[in-house]
Amino acid sequence: MNVLASIRIALRALRINKLRSALTMLGIIIGVAAVITMIAVGSGAQSQIEDQIKGLGTNLIILMPGSSTSGGVRMGAGSRNTLTEEDGYAIQRDVSAVQASAPTLRGTGQVVGGSGNWSTVFYGVSPEYFEARNWVVAQGKGFEAADIAGSAKVALLGDTVARNLFGDTDPVGQVIRIRKVPFTVIGTLEKKGQSLMGQDQDDVILMPISTARNRVLGQGAGRLRTVGSVSIKIRDGESMTEAEAQIRELLRQRHRIQPAQEDDFTLRNLSEVLSAREESSKIMGLLLAAVASVSLLVGGIGIMNIMLVSVTERTREIGLRMAVGARGRDILTQFLVEAITLALIGGLLGIALGVSSSVAIGKLAGWPIQLGIEPVALAVGFSAAIGIFFGFYPARKASRLLPIEALRYE
Amino acid sequence: MSTPLITTRELAKSYALGGFTVQALRGVSVEINAGEFVAVMGPSGSGKSTFMNLLGCLDTPSGGEYLLAGDRVSGLGSDALAAIRNRRIGFVFQSFNLLPRTSALENIALPLLYSGVAGEERNRRATARLAEVGLADRGHHHPAQLSGGQQQRVAIARALVNDPVLILADEPTGALDTQTSCEVMALLQQLNAQGMTVVLVTHEHDIAEFAKRVITFRDGRVIEDHMVERPKDAAVLAAQLRAEQVVEEARP
Repeated sequence: MNVLASIRIALRALRINKLRSALTMLGIIIGVAAVITMIAVGSGAQSQIEDQIKGLGTNLIILMPGSSTSGGVRMGAGSRNTLTEEDGYAIQRDVSAVQASAPTLRGTGQVVGGSGNWSTVFYGVSPEYFEARNWVVAQGKGFEAADIAGSAKVALLGDTVARNLFGDTDPVGQVIRIRKVPFTVIGTLEKKGQSLMGQDQDDVILMPISTARNRVLGQGAGRLRTVGSVSIKIRDGESMTEAEAQIRELLRQRHRIQPAQEDDFTLRNLSEVLSAREESSKIMGLLLAAVASVSLLVGGIGIMNIMLVSVTERTREIGLRMAVGARGRDILTQFLVEAITLALIGGLLGIALGVSSSVAIGKLAGWPIQLGIEPVALAVGFSAAIGIFFGFYPARKASRLLPIEALRYE
Repeated sequence: MSTPLITTRELAKSYALGGFTVQALRGVSVEINAGEFVAVMGPSGSGKSTFMNLLGCLDTPSGGEYLLAGDRVSGLGSDALAAIRNRRIGFVFQSFNLLPRTSALENIALPLLYSGVAGEERNRRATARLAEVGLADRGHHHPAQLSGGQQQRVAIARALVNDPVLILADEPTGALDTQTSCEVMALLQQLNAQGMTVVLVTHEHDIAEFAKRVITFRDGRVIEDHMVERPKDAAVLAAQLRAEQVVEEARP
């Protein structure tokens, strides 16, 4: 007996009890539809979250000088002056995975300008800084090469600083004094809001690194041109750990560190955020699996129940089929195919319902949805597996009936 | 003489029923040759149905031997028995046992489905058998759309479809009126005349009179086994009944 004939027999049997078959399928339909909808909405939400997390800079590495020790007292990260501006440029040049490497000097001070004064943080940066830290100029313009080369006294104001000094008036073109040094405001930075740690990222002023060194911090003397930190952005798709290893290797060479010696620098990244992202996708996956398995289990039990009823109802039919020559495995195949057909039709209807409800949710709620071929294939595979798993017991029960007892069954 | 079609030696069957054993068959030895028309008679509980089920390989004996055309059947596995039922035996039941909501043709073709005959060939053979039982125009009717006599004829066509060596009929007329019974018996007699071996279980003497040989059972044993001198012709009887009915209807 071939499979096609079995499927035809199964379809006829299912047609005889249309309402019952439909109700039995309902469990699978709802289960599959729920899985597809949840995956569509869930993965849409997840990719949105991922975009947001990327905006926070998960592909950012902060390079800082190592700790110094003074009379047995270790001074903590960044307390040594081993990192130079040239290190930053070398990383940009020599490590291919690096998209932007920006050496940075940091300082704090009182700023006077417009109608008030304000104490804030200022950074002396190279032009790569904007790319490395995702800063966008809102108004005015950014630094030019000439500003860096000529230690121009130009500054970009963060949103908080701009509001505190100038209120609602346009700060571009105004003059401010940072540690008494006059600067021309050439632009403002787009608002970033709070960092993950709750710090106001907009309470900041950016100026050319050369200006900070030569005119504000007064570190112009000396050959080394040390910096406080280097912000390094890794290209999308590159491995963070690999990039870190390459940067470490490069710096150890440049600083002539012997194999046995410790690094004189530290590399830090937002691994906490990264692991939080992994955690969130893991939880999302678990949630999906839980919903899917519960609903599909319920659907499967429904199928098993109906198949058991069907076997009992059709005991005489089984007896007759055996009397005219059906073997046990013919009967087994017949009922198994029937269960699988039931589950698969339910699965296909579930896919249709799931896809349309995902689209509807996306339209009505305005959520991003992501429909892929994988969840659909998964759903089809799952429903077939349910048919086999939950159909096997009733089918085997049918195939083990004795012909004479099945024929005489009332 | 050639090998008998059916040989049983001390065939026995006992059931465990609610804690004690029931001896349904207590050693039956008979031989039935090809081409015979045998009626198995006896009151209910005599073991005649049990004997029939054993002959039909629907049940397995608890003792003795059963040879079908010289081949030992007792002791075969369930798949081998299924193959014998499929290819060598045709069944006719009291309650017809047709699949509901399934056309007459598909019902007839059912045994072929299990012997691996392709769809077109199945249909061809089923159509031929349906014509033989005189229902050529009813191929697509469902059992519910057929009369009792027609259903039984479809069942006989199904029994014949795989060219068996033996037709086993278990009370084939039990659910039919007298005239239809005669028509069905006429069909069986016709098949027998063409050489088919027919074994029929009945408790009605009227029906047994159509057979060439009558074996009577009581309490699990054969108590009588005799040839019928001149079996009645069912076709003639059916014609008579039909004529009477016509007269009856013509009466004012």
